[in-house]
Amino acid sequence: MTEHARETMEFDVVIVGGGPAGLAAAIRLRQLSPDATVCLIEKGSEIGAHILSGAVIEPRALEELLPDWRERGAPLNTPVTEEAMLYLTESRGYAVPMLDRVMPHMRNHGNYIVSLGDVCRWLAAQAEELGVEIYPGFAGAEILEEDGRVVGVATGDMGVGRDGQPGANYAPGMELRARYTLFAEGCRGSLTKRLMAMYNLRKGVDPQTYGLGIKELWEIPKDRHRPGLVQHSFGWPLDDRTYGGAWMYHFGENLVSYGFVVGLDYPNTWLSPFDEMQRLKLHPSFRAYFEGGRRIAYGARALSEGGLQSVPRLTFPGGALVGDAAGFLNVPKIKGTHTAMKSGMLAAEAVAEAMESGKAEPASYTRRVRQSWLWQELRGVRNIRPAFARFGMKGGALYSGIDAMLLRGRAPWTLHHRHADNETLESATVSAPIAYPKPDGKITFDRLSSVFLSATNHEEDQPVHLKVRNPDLWKTVNWDVFRAPESRYCPAAVYEAVDTDTAPRLQINAQNCVHCKTCDIKDPAQNIDWVTPEGAGGPNYPGGM
Amino acid sequence: MKVLVPVKRVIDFNIKPRVKADGTGVETAGVKMSMNPFDEIAVEEAVRLKEKGIATEVVAVSIGVQQAQDTLRTALAMGADRAILVLTDVAVEPLGVAKTLKALVAKESPDLVILGKQAIDDDMNATGQMLAGLLAWPQGTFASKLDIADGRATVTREVDGGLETVSLALPAIVTADLRLNEPRYASLPNIMKARKKPMETLAPADLGVDVTPRLTVVSVAEPPARKAGIKVDSAADLVARLRKEAKVI
Repeated sequence: MTEHARETMEFDVVIVGGGPAGLAAAIRLRQLSPDATVCLIEKGSEIGAHILSGAVIEPRALEELLPDWRERGAPLNTPVTEEAMLYLTESRGYAVPMLDRVMPHMRNHGNYIVSLGDVCRWLAAQAEELGVEIYPGFAGAEILEEDGRVVGVATGDMGVGRDGQPGANYAPGMELRARYTLFAEGCRGSLTKRLMAMYNLRKGVDPQTYGLGIKELWEIPKDRHRPGLVQHSFGWPLDDRTYGGAWMYHFGENLVSYGFVVGLDYPNTWLSPFDEMQRLKLHPSFRAYFEGGRRIAYGARALSEGGLQSVPRLTFPGGALVGDAAGFLNVPKIKGTHTAMKSGMLAAEAVAEAMESGKAEPASYTRRVRQSWLWQELRGVRNIRPAFARFGMKGGALYSGIDAMLLRGRAPWTLHHRHADNETLESATVSAPIAYPKPDGKITFDRLSSVFLSATNHEEDQPVHLKVRNPDLWKTVNWDVFRAPESRYCPAAVYEAVDTDTAPRLQINAQNCVHCKTCDIKDPAQNIDWVTPEGAGGPNYPGGM
Repeated sequence: MKVLVPVKRVIDFNIKPRVKADGTGVETAGVKMSMNPFDEIAVEEAVRLKEKGIATEVVAVSIGVQQAQDTLRTALAMGADRAILVLTDVAVEPLGVAKTLKALVAKESPDLVILGKQAIDDDMNATGQMLAGLLAWPQGTFASKLDIADGRATVTREVDGGLETVSLALPAIVTADLRLNEPRYASLPNIMKARKKPMETLAPADLGVDVTPRLTVVSVAEPPARKAGIKVDSAADLVARLRKEAKVI
């Protein structure tokens, strides 16, 4: 590939990705096999830099991993004390009564509002203390495979110019070879995607379906801050055919996490998740909290919503998928941290066993998952997300109430995901245009000032990491049929349709990319391939995010 | 020839600094920190001197909190041979840093100290000059080119009118400007190797230095938000507004 020789380093286990799943796997491995050499790489400039979540977390997996997490100072400082689920009309909000019974998954007693980035920074410190080598700023760019077995990954080259040629400060990537490689890239990982094709991991399972989460971190006046408050909403501004809703969590020192998730199976090409998120802040049920406050951070990330039906084969010779790379998020709970951590721990247990016996494939991971509370939990909620896709927002809410109260998750049927998210978009002529209000600069903002607050940076002189496979297809499909949906679903203003009056073409501002992966998922023709840019590029989410 | 390179841990240049709600300073809790970019240039220059066979040893030093170790590891990964951390929780000021460096110069006897021209957090641009003053060494500040030969340093300086070249007798102080070089990446193999390079930790008291701050911060505020522009209807309107509202003509 390059004329410069790559250096090689050998480990027992290499983990790609420093989120909750990868870090939990690393910790569990060193707990079980204190002599195993474990190396973890992370494409963000530091651990936590690319972590984006609400987040209310359930401490169940953490309790199992590090029972003394409190003494070790884990940053779980705000217990949930108040919660509400609101159904919104344009001007009013109605609290769902008897939340505990209608939506038992939303019961947050015993859970904590956290910054998941901070939790990951803390987990990384625990892992390093146990002897895990952690290298942030290096992206897993290539899978190393020999004789049908994954034998590690290579990090990307640094200092490659826009033209693809090595520049003055060129540094070749490094081969990290391992007996076992765990892929913990999170939703829609770029290497995970290749693994799925290499080993046909998605054979016989439903297509994965996704959501896009967009988040802002606010600091609000003390007199309006209610630490421990968890408020969710559904309904307005989304129509009945679009799945999604908002969250608002009060935590820490006058901090508010606000965000919005849209199911990426939405049909209306004119929909802009970013603008929906902005205008929802103006709703009377939310607005008062933001007045007089200041927005301090912004970011976005796709998440897997397919649940059990969409979980691929988890292992292959030489490795396994963990966390949201596999898709273990519990949608009705809106939580994936505890399941991600649990899957990482189970994979670590399987790898530790395989190391002993010398097996190439840590196959017992699948059995361990199926026998754990993780599987039970996902099994109980498996029909809820597909019910929304099938019966719409109101019908889905009704179904989920029945599922929870009468069937208690034990329905004898399983609803399936019938379409991939890129297949659901309707053409620009069929879709109803949506008029979004202009940002006021106080509570609502435009995309560019938002991206600025994600502290995103990419080395300017490097190849564009958003690869358009067939450039001609953009005009005939994306423009002619859908009128450039990427310019609306991208929360970071990466995609712009320019010269639309004369000769429309796509402009890609790759430097803005916050690594949410939505384009890789939603592009109607699957014509956009998200690959890792130079390591350390992307957002730099601060503490509290 | 030994080269001493002081490096500072600062808020990463990609991060927009945020003033604390109470106006006492800039928020650093949970904020990404990195090596001051001008110090990276200084490290690069020192490592290049070593690669050219001019320097024999490059010693990186930092004064600050425990996490400044990470900054030193970056310097080691770039090619410094060893590192010294002068550990203190005090928010050090240029004079305290210069005094500490003077004591380290006495201990290490370098022939050259290369510093960044200034740190991007407080923009003081003072430490190099103060150190030169305390040591009574010649100084070449704002260097955009550095040549070492026959016991002298030839420094090209970026000044208002253009470029100025000075010749200094070693030992000397050089402060690095932006165009001195383009720093290399700390590559993964080199970061791995840097974990094994020696790092010594000292306290200011070990060096007999008092780093207690002498400056008082009165207040810290964010710059006022820029107001949106307006469109004027005519040249006459523009002139009138420039006269009455902007009061510039």
